[in-house]
Amino acid sequence: MSLGPYASFIVTSYALVAAVVLLLIVWIIADYRRQQARLREIEASGVTRRSGRSAVDIR
Amino acid sequence: MKLTETLTDLANPTRFLALTARILPWLAGATAILLAIGLYQSAMAPDDYQQGATVKIMFIHVPNAWLSMFVWSVMSVAALGTLVWRHPLADVAAKAAAPIGAAFTFLALVTGSLWGRPMWGTYWEWDARLTSVLILFLMYLGLMALWRAVEDPSRAARAAAVLTLVGAINIPIIKFSVDWWNTLHQPASVIRMGGSTLDKAFLWPLLVMAIAFSLLFVTLHLAAMRNEILRRRVRNLQMMQANQQAA
Repeated sequence: MSLGPYASFIVTSYALVAAVVLLLIVWIIADYRRQQARLREIEASGVTRRSGRSAVDIR
Repeated sequence: MKLTETLTDLANPTRFLALTARILPWLAGATAILLAIGLYQSAMAPDDYQQGATVKIMFIHVPNAWLSMFVWSVMSVAALGTLVWRHPLADVAAKAAAPIGAAFTFLALVTGSLWGRPMWGTYWEWDARLTSVLILFLMYLGLMALWRAVEDPSRAARAAAVLTLVGAINIPIIKFSVDWWNTLHQPASVIRMGGSTLDKAFLWPLLVMAIAFSLLFVTLHLAAMRNEILRRRVRNLQMMQANQQAA
């Protein structure tokens, strides 16, 4: 597969899309883990939801 | 009736979280498979007789451009959900979609610029299509700033919903800018009266990539909504903790 004289434009475009999409995925996963950790921390201090169910339980 | 029941069921954040926990792995898997197929088809697509291999940029530029408008449309429906139907998850959906929409819009602008340099001889031109998409990107950033500036989520939700609906005026302007004004950007060649003008060798990879990116949006959006619900649980529990300490 030859990309011709403008290969750098094509490769940069695909690399940039891959980088931004990966960044989004990593950011969302990290945010999820951060919220779970904060909820565990608060529950460990003795504060619970009115329903009595664990705030970390999402199933 | 069935749809109304489903929407009512999903108004319960706990049920929504349970649903996302079940379907997110399947959505992520389907997205990865479709992206792999789309990327393979894009790599194997022939060169265009005029543009050569740079036509491959189309397979990532167009899905991102479509999604930049689609995400704002989703946010506009969510804004109606906040202001009119007062659906409890409407503002969660809108807030979670904004950064994802901003990322797609940024990618549409940059890949378009990288496609424009070899084809038009310039990275940027202040024509109607490019400028209206840049305005869309700035509106996404403004909306995200608004969410961060107002501490109370329900107050922020109402202000953001109004701004989203005002900003929705820009969506038809972007779509029809190439018809209403004389622009450097080409007119619509896929979704148009009389059918697509694209050859099947380019149309199929483009459609597969468009579906793959749409699934990517749905997956990321549901995951971001889940995070936002958990963030609000953290906020509520912190307030309960503060009240207990004060009592």
